[in-house]
Amino acid sequence: MAKKIYDTPMLDELENGPWPSFISGFKRLRDEHPDSRINEVAGSLLGQLEHSYETRKGYWKGGTVSVFGYGGGIIPRFSEVGKAFPESKEFHTLRVQPAPGNYYTTDMLNQLANSWEKHGSGLITFHGQTGNIMFIGTTTEGTQHFFDEINDYGWDLGGAGPCVRTAMSCVGAARCEQSCANEHGIQRHLVNEFTDDVHRPALPYKFKFKVSGCPNDCQNAIERSDFAVIGTWRDNMKIDQDEVKAFVKAKGRQYVLDNVTSRCPTQCMTLNDDDTLKVDDHECVRCMHCLNVMNKALSPGDDKGVTVLIGGKRTLKIGDLMGTVIVPFKKLETEEDYESLVEMAGDVIDFFAENALEHERTGEMIERIGLVNFLEGIGVDVDPHMVNNPRQSSYVRMDGWDEEAEKWFQRKMEQAAG
Amino acid sequence: MALENMRPPIESGCPDGFQYMHPVMRKNFGQWKYHEHPRPGVLLHVAHSGDEIWTVKAGTQRILDVFTLRKLTEIGDKYADGYVRFTIRSNIEYMVTKEDQVQPLIDALEGAGFIVGGTANSVAMMSHTQGWLHCDIPGTDASGVVKAMMDELIDEFRNCDMPNRVHITTSCCQINCGGQGDIAINVQHTKPPRIAHDLVANVCERPSVVARCPVAAIRPAMVNGKPSLEVDEKKCICCGACFPPCPPMQINDPENTKLAIWVGGNHSNARSKPTFQKLVAAGVPNNPPRWPEATAIVKQILKAYKEDAKDWERINDWIERIGWPRFFEKTGLPFTKYHIDNWRGARASLNASTHIRF
Repeated sequence: MAKKIYDTPMLDELENGPWPSFISGFKRLRDEHPDSRINEVAGSLLGQLEHSYETRKGYWKGGTVSVFGYGGGIIPRFSEVGKAFPESKEFHTLRVQPAPGNYYTTDMLNQLANSWEKHGSGLITFHGQTGNIMFIGTTTEGTQHFFDEINDYGWDLGGAGPCVRTAMSCVGAARCEQSCANEHGIQRHLVNEFTDDVHRPALPYKFKFKVSGCPNDCQNAIERSDFAVIGTWRDNMKIDQDEVKAFVKAKGRQYVLDNVTSRCPTQCMTLNDDDTLKVDDHECVRCMHCLNVMNKALSPGDDKGVTVLIGGKRTLKIGDLMGTVIVPFKKLETEEDYESLVEMAGDVIDFFAENALEHERTGEMIERIGLVNFLEGIGVDVDPHMVNNPRQSSYVRMDGWDEEAEKWFQRKMEQAAG
Repeated sequence: MALENMRPPIESGCPDGFQYMHPVMRKNFGQWKYHEHPRPGVLLHVAHSGDEIWTVKAGTQRILDVFTLRKLTEIGDKYADGYVRFTIRSNIEYMVTKEDQVQPLIDALEGAGFIVGGTANSVAMMSHTQGWLHCDIPGTDASGVVKAMMDELIDEFRNCDMPNRVHITTSCCQINCGGQGDIAINVQHTKPPRIAHDLVANVCERPSVVARCPVAAIRPAMVNGKPSLEVDEKKCICCGACFPPCPPMQINDPENTKLAIWVGGNHSNARSKPTFQKLVAAGVPNNPPRWPEATAIVKQILKAYKEDAKDWERINDWIERIGWPRFFEKTGLPFTKYHIDNWRGARASLNASTHIRF
């Protein structure tokens, strides 16, 4: 059959301009790839996409496709205009979990490309918004063959649907001086404990882990994950006063006053007359601003750990929610430290599975039942770090006050006793 | 295939990344001392051991065909050490150990049409979703919007001369998979769904659809003798939440599906706590193939930010300092009744003070 070339006048407009064009890439697959199957799929896809551009509508519908032994990990796509564009009428995506920090060797990328052009469309995205490698476009049969092949050399599917999703972490300790945690280890400890919940969707809705090595939160973990783990430290930040002086000399005192000390959210730093810096670490909230500006002179302290925030999510259904501090500080050094983090994540997921409504995210569940009920459900004590301010409404029954106050003093005594 | 021939999966989960990491990064894991930004698109990280990693960052079209991917790996083999990573915004980063590898690598990338930049105070690569290419509910395309916009913002990607970094995101529906950004260009529907009543009974689990509505505007109804759903159009907020579980609730419309622009989302804890983006413009036409109206507004906002913000101010920091009235003044965007929030918690967004700038 002669290859059908659809006219794509609107998509052709996206070949103009200096930024690399995905449309030119599709056309290369259509015109230059040695496999006629890929030529036809790419041609058909261009036809359907042009049709979307002309009519301003999408034409994919979902369905049920997975690989043998799993219930998720594939985004099924069947065309609603498959009669007009038959070669791409089944165009499923496989979500594949990358390594934390998204590292690859070029050899591995080539190997993945070889497998994908055998079984799929030849289109790949690094990475989708949840963090998966997206192998875009294959048939139901192709999903199984491609998965079997790459699963043999170390790759596994990610989550799709109401399940534990693929996690993400930042570049982290591998290349960043601000990193306060082993993001790599945290992500793998967490998500790999729940592989069953990744592959067999059975939760009320999605559940996402994200890990950032410092409070700059390059992974948007607080805004976008149900379970955010953020590296931080609790001793004093490290100051190299010689580097401070060098910075002041290079930039001038006024620059430091305008851009470092006066931008500190708690006003905890002072530039001394001798161009050294004084920091009241007790007031520092570890916002990272001064470390970002003067990264040669200022560094995180040695007593590193993580803060855990729970319940972040995007708009639907009740509106955007940020994660809330649930664990202000936790050391992550020993195997037991990691085990207790994983155990807590398990408690959160169990509570979520039992208590959330269908299609309700963790943050929405917390909003509905109140933070205190959630804390009691997962066995975490209240802590003033969890709130911006205490209650301002008197509409609450408080006849358990004495017992609750006693618990607070008891905990303080236990902490003091070590 | 017969069941006995099926291969059971190896549930290996998230792979160990150390096998794919540059040996110098493995060696100095957790031992980095500082970094410098020698030029746009290039980062130098120095370890306590004195080892160096030079990173060259390049923007791509994100949806890579295997030819483009192989071009990227070929450059990595020839001009770098064969180790790469992808950023959260889908840029590729090559890591090398010697400064003299940097320029040939940049030349090779630019020679092949990739755009080196995206570091520090740049307009970073826009993070985006699937759109018409692959999503089942999109109101617009994603890759096309981003391609058209990055064509116009390419100098800001290359030059890193904004007051602080700018993250732009897009989303093709109001679920907003694109996430939070300093500037977000998101679909905003403006009419209630049109219901294909004949299909509802066969396609939709009606109670789930009713439960999905954020404002309880949907109720079961018999239409033409068939079980269907009806929408109270006075209550409907046109969010499209009913569409994914029930495709006959057709929310997407060639004319009435518009774009809205939001600003001030900031993930970082630096200076102020993380912030969500706020509405600044709506009614922007969803106008393929190049969406010029949306790009024009984004450029207007970027121009005002660049002229007026101080060093290190992200867009949210800038607006916090100058106040919202001045934001609308400086950008020339209209302030309307739609900017005043009425969703839960809206009261906290009202000005209950005499803090007014004249």
